[in-house]
Amino acid sequence: MTLTFEDFPPGRFGTFGPRHVTRDEILAFAAEFDPQPMHLDEDAAAASMLRGLSGSGWHLCSLMMRMMADGFITRAASLGSPGVDEVRWLSPLRPGDDLTLEVDVLEARTSKSRPELGIVKFKCTARNAAGQALAEMTSPILIKRREGAA
Amino acid sequence: MRFFDDIAIGQRREIGAYTFTAESIKTFAAKFDPQRFHLDEDEGKNSLFGGLAASGWHVGSACMSLLVADGQRLAREAAARGEEVAIWGPSPGFRDLRWIKPVLAGDTVSYVNVVIDKRTSASRPGWGILTARTTGTNQRGEEVYSITASAFVPMRKGV
Repeated sequence: MTLTFEDFPPGRFGTFGPRHVTRDEILAFAAEFDPQPMHLDEDAAAASMLRGLSGSGWHLCSLMMRMMADGFITRAASLGSPGVDEVRWLSPLRPGDDLTLEVDVLEARTSKSRPELGIVKFKCTARNAAGQALAEMTSPILIKRREGAA
Repeated sequence: MRFFDDIAIGQRREIGAYTFTAESIKTFAAKFDPQRFHLDEDEGKNSLFGGLAASGWHVGSACMSLLVADGQRLAREAAARGEEVAIWGPSPGFRDLRWIKPVLAGDTVSYVNVVIDKRTSASRPGWGILTARTTGTNQRGEEVYSITASAFVPMRKGV
């Protein structure tokens, strides 16, 4: 059954994962989209502020997107997102990390201009296996309302 | 790359263009954003996007790849002049990312980066935090993407 706007009341929606992240994935993403030495080279990474090889923040966000997609978006009446209010990169993504994603609904409101739609503002927190928060993302997603709700 | 001291608010750089092929859109989406309108032309046509649309994270990651390439170009030029090259630190995050219009298969997006703020890091001596607004415009002159992002940038030693 497809999830609609009504299925996303404010509060904890769920926790998803774990998603294992390999060193090879980190290197492949960095080589294509973020080829800074701190994401590609052990020695350069050891000398960097992050003290060791770390994944690109864009890789982490993309993995969070995938976990949201697998967790609920691909079975929701989602119409996409207009953007992201904020992302905070709090701790580095490391090779071998097992990510979990906490998904909270901060706010759910119906669209004034398009009454068949709702706007759900999510806050997602990615954590490693030790429970350390790696990134927080706040983003609205457009989701259709249940048939006949408008 | 440049040091914090050498960067002024208002500095503007055209950092390059990225063409989103149908193949690259589907490859990225299959890995990270497997929603139907990012994976299939017909599903894209029938969606709000009106065609096979790139994942927003693909649009942002492509922007990052151009920012890094531009920085590495500046570093090579500085090194060729015999100057010291700054190695930038990580980013604490970004805000106000807007996917303004869909980026569809075949679109080419040109990105422009403008420095909007710089401040000294309170927690890390020798580092500044630079904030820049980057916008992406497609081949029809329509703005499709914008983001305000920060990064740790080293100061020249002894300044």
